[in-house]
Amino acid sequence: MNSAQIEIQLIASLVAIACAIPGTFLVLRKMAMISDAISHSILPGIVIGFFITQDLNSPLLIVLAAFTGIITVVLVEYIQKTGLVKEDTAIGLVFPALFSIGVILIAKNANDVHLDVDAVLVGELALAPFDRLLISGVDVGPKSLWIIGVILLITIALLIAFFKELKISTFDKGLAASLGFSPAIIHYGLMTVSSVTTVGAFDAVGAILVVALMIAPAATAYLLTTDLKKMLGLSVFFGVFSAISGYWLAHVLDASIAGSITTVLGMVFLLVYLFAPSKGVIAVMYREKQQRTEVSLLTFLLHLKNHNEVEERHVNHLREHINWQKVRAKTVLELALKNNMILIDNDVVSLTQKGDTFTSKAIDYIITNEDAQIEDMKDDFFLFRG
Amino acid sequence: MELAEYFKLVFTDYTLRTITLGTAILGAVTGMLGSFAVLRKQSLLGDAISHAALPGIAIAFLITGAKDSNTLLLGALVSGLVGTFWIRGIVKKTHLKSDTALGLILSLFFGFGMLLLTFIQKQPNANQAGLDKYLFGQAATLVESDVWLMAIITGLCLFVLLLFWKEFKILLFDADYTKTLGFNTKTIDILITSFIVLAIVLGLQTVGVVLMSAMLLAPAAAARQWTNSLSKMVFLAAIFGAFSGVFGTAISASQTNLSTGPVIVLVAAVFVIISFVFSPSRGLLFKQIRFIKNRRDLELHKTLALMHHIAETHDDISHPHAIKLLNNFQGFTRKTLQKLVEKNYVTLDGNMWSLTKTGFETAKNLYTKQTTEDE
Repeated sequence: MNSAQIEIQLIASLVAIACAIPGTFLVLRKMAMISDAISHSILPGIVIGFFITQDLNSPLLIVLAAFTGIITVVLVEYIQKTGLVKEDTAIGLVFPALFSIGVILIAKNANDVHLDVDAVLVGELALAPFDRLLISGVDVGPKSLWIIGVILLITIALLIAFFKELKISTFDKGLAASLGFSPAIIHYGLMTVSSVTTVGAFDAVGAILVVALMIAPAATAYLLTTDLKKMLGLSVFFGVFSAISGYWLAHVLDASIAGSITTVLGMVFLLVYLFAPSKGVIAVMYREKQQRTEVSLLTFLLHLKNHNEVEERHVNHLREHINWQKVRAKTVLELALKNNMILIDNDVVSLTQKGDTFTSKAIDYIITNEDAQIEDMKDDFFLFRG
Repeated sequence: MELAEYFKLVFTDYTLRTITLGTAILGAVTGMLGSFAVLRKQSLLGDAISHAALPGIAIAFLITGAKDSNTLLLGALVSGLVGTFWIRGIVKKTHLKSDTALGLILSLFFGFGMLLLTFIQKQPNANQAGLDKYLFGQAATLVESDVWLMAIITGLCLFVLLLFWKEFKILLFDADYTKTLGFNTKTIDILITSFIVLAIVLGLQTVGVVLMSAMLLAPAAAARQWTNSLSKMVFLAAIFGAFSGVFGTAISASQTNLSTGPVIVLVAAVFVIISFVFSPSRGLLFKQIRFIKNRRDLELHKTLALMHHIAETHDDISHPHAIKLLNNFQGFTRKTLQKLVEKNYVTLDGNMWSLTKTGFETAKNLYTKQTTEDE
């Protein structure tokens, strides 16, 4: 590994951390698409800033672009407040319009300068180490490293200082407001941090990767934990992991680093999406199947309790009566037997003492509309689950 | 080229005619289907799908090695559909919300698409140049066969829309009711979503991945302001979309260095702004006017009520009182008094006012009956 490679990985990791922190809160606050809007609509800010400063790394440009990001948020909220369209439509209207203005500004004025739309969208991380920051002639490292480093430090400082406020206002807006924290200040503070991070990261990794780095690690972490601190930690971990392995994937394929990092993020998300212990698709599907069988079992037991007549409780009759297919009926019967809920005597089914208690309790919960309690009761009664 | 010249040339020049027709048809079909996206609160789905289509284009190219636009669009369609159904899967199966799902699929697919595009660019195959035109679209590359394809698909959309109009409409406004009526909501849902994906994919070549969502939303959001009827909205959105296409093409053709996609989007945005401000029933301008008028009416009523209150204490209701009495009352201005005189509720005599018979009666009934007439 040469020093340029190390620097690229360092920049990518710092960007990943800087994005993961506000990203976690955006995902939790259901504002993930705002980051997409911001990342597109900062374009006119960047272009105008570039015309003024002629330097893609100037602080003024970052300020201007972040300002455009906040204007986007304000505009979206204004349009939403008029009630003419829904929030998502408002987002979808504002950012393409601002982005178009940016594209047209570039096309009309910047043909001869180094600024093209592709670079804004995708960025070129591979070139980042070549733009050095010189302080009185001494090379202190790549400019983007310093920019993103400073942004990250500010973000972390703000996170630590306002963690409690952020946490409360994210999960209980009403409580936060009644405790005297201004929801508006926290909201716009978060929006400002997101805008600044997007701008600081865009020229290294491009607008789309910023969105991916904000949303994907947080969403992945959200599938694994419900603890805010753990979620922050996990998203930082996923972000950095994808940044570094994405870099090496790009190295192997000789393709865009930003694209590779996003692809790794996608694969990590896919894996977690499928295999997360309690919220992954497979776990959810298994649980749904289990619940379906258990609901069938409950229906079956209720039927037994309601009928004392022998003919109503004959195995074959049950099959016709509840209209189950053979396999399903067999699963339910077996489950009931395994749990000692029923007895089968000469093909006539009857409830055991335990089955009777279970069913009576279940009926109580159903008629008092506390269906959720049945879930807890299952733990007490079931030896085997469906 | 001047705008006037453009309109002269549009009927004779092959390229201009093709592009104009293409963008007009595109605008019409996206406006039509966009109405459904907007009303179903799926506005950002268009953004996600258009980004998600990118890897499909790249993979189609990798497999066939040819740049035939129909094959590439087929790839885009498949990958757009995969993205859409994955979004639905995430929302349905996990506790992640729809905004997170949209943002995820959008950025992940797009990033993967960029990876493939840069990978293709490094391949020793001279054929790959120009794939990146799908990022921002290039209306100039439209040829007659593309326009035919658009026209055929638009016709198909129109046919399906008319055929299943009733189902689409009822699903839109009351999904539960639709289910109880015995319609297969899942199939209708998939049908309409697939057509939205199709419309988006159709526009990629012209407007590009990044701006396609605006083509879907803007005409529909503009049309929504003018009517409360679905059929009128769909029709209006198609018209707005088509006009955005034509004007956008005209403006970009009359200037150098203007790509068509962004200009079309900006023209559509102008339609939206005009609709937001000037629509008679929902527009901001008339809403503000109504608001001011209501406030004035209220002040008038309040003044009249106070006068009634004072006059009540006298046997003779038209006993004159000093105007000074009203001075500290909130809502009283010289203008309200003038207005009351005009309405013949009050007569003025120097510094004194007195309530007329009509004025007294009106004031008495002010809060007991609902007055519908405008003051």
